[in-house]
Amino acid sequence: MLKNTAFTKFHIALGAKMVPFAGFNMPVQYEGLIAEHLTVRKGVGVFDVSHMGEIWVKGAKAFDSVQYITSNDVSKLYDGKVQYSCFPNGKGGIVDDLLVYRINAETYLLVVNAANIEKDWNWVCQHAEKMGMVVGKEVYNASDEIAQLAIQGPLALKAIQKLTPEPIENMEYYTFKKLEFAGVKDVILSTTGYTGSGGCEIYMANEDAEKIWNAVFEVGADFGIKPIGLGARDTLRLEMGFCLYGNDIDDTTSPLEAGLGWITKFTPEKNFIDKEFLLKQKQEGLKRKLVGFEVIDKGIPRQHYSICDAQGNKIGEVTSGTMSPSLNKPIGMGYVPVELSNPGSEIFIEVRGKLLKAVVVKLPFYKGE
Amino acid sequence: MIIPENLRYTRDHEWIKVEEDTAFIGISDYAQSQLGDIVFVEVETVGETLEKGESLGTIEAVKTVEDVYMPVNAEILEFNEKLKDSPDLLNKDPYGEGWIAKLKLSNPAEVNDLMDANAYKAYLESL
Repeated sequence: MLKNTAFTKFHIALGAKMVPFAGFNMPVQYEGLIAEHLTVRKGVGVFDVSHMGEIWVKGAKAFDSVQYITSNDVSKLYDGKVQYSCFPNGKGGIVDDLLVYRINAETYLLVVNAANIEKDWNWVCQHAEKMGMVVGKEVYNASDEIAQLAIQGPLALKAIQKLTPEPIENMEYYTFKKLEFAGVKDVILSTTGYTGSGGCEIYMANEDAEKIWNAVFEVGADFGIKPIGLGARDTLRLEMGFCLYGNDIDDTTSPLEAGLGWITKFTPEKNFIDKEFLLKQKQEGLKRKLVGFEVIDKGIPRQHYSICDAQGNKIGEVTSGTMSPSLNKPIGMGYVPVELSNPGSEIFIEVRGKLLKAVVVKLPFYKGE
Repeated sequence: MIIPENLRYTRDHEWIKVEEDTAFIGISDYAQSQLGDIVFVEVETVGETLEKGESLGTIEAVKTVEDVYMPVNAEILEFNEKLKDSPDLLNKDPYGEGWIAKLKLSNPAEVNDLMDANAYKAYLESL
């Protein structure tokens, strides 16, 4: 049985094409993927991301617990700061990637992928119990109670400023505030997102969702605000080279191979799952790396297509691929041997039996207007 | 959903328009709406004679790729070159400017086996 979000009835009323995604009934597009994509790049668009999971970690052991199960350095957080991180899986791979919000020194909010909520919750509980934390109290899965909107684009913060007395337009990237929003108290607003075009994500209780949706579209009307589906969410993130769990990263890819070394911190004060393994991998050198590439010949790369060398030998697989709506070029990501991972390296993508020439490029693909 | 009366249709949502022993082929309004924004059309079978059910080319939307299948046995006479620069014609005008290929039918009577507009409409309603 597919789950609905607090906003499902709005999507259906707007004529969205609905698809099952990670167990949820979600809008994949409204007016059309390319138009929606460009709305976010140039103006402001709203995504229902209520399918994302939220796990609270609280109490005296909260810091130690989050520091141990995530790869990034939680000691760098301060109240109101957000951090991108991942859960290493104990075998050199990744359980999930996530955001860590520090509410205060003893309260953290972990925001995880919809497809992994159950797996992540079990993982968090397993380690919390070992540390003597109380499941259901010190760790708490609030995923079914919280609705979330991503309001993204260069006009996003300006469009919704009048819904809150707190100034939000100059908030630093990856920070958050707990504020009154559209008359609703205790809404969390963070300057985060998965598009590379700025804006914010807001978290609210399910029962406040309808009021907030209506208020956002009302004040956004002057800015041309539009609802955006999951289709554009994927092309927007791919243009930025942001990893998608299940495509570009999974239980078999190391964060270092995936280019997530910047969220994998080997400082002496921090002990975490797989620290030793990953440190050894770093010291010995990587064998493969996740890269971005542009296809020069005509054709579009898709997930699981083979990546080949000039002789036609398979050297890897495409993990994500699309026609980039902003650049109007076929782009993709995939793992290649480290010798072919530098920008400028020539690789080939096998598309329906033909080898199409492609070139490794520096990420992001989209560098702004 | 537009379903012109004068065309025949397949279960894979191609349409065919017969003019004596030649025909035009494209994809239906339903097919283009399901695919979404079409960004690339590839037909490299011009000059070949293909059997019913074989792929004559591919259509790439932003998110997916689909084959275009032969509704009947025929030779591929021509590819609609306009689609090279304007693949979105398949979205904008699937039954007109967005035609994909011109065919020479091996046996024009085969077209009678395909669905007419009423049958295709009923088929779409059954999906």
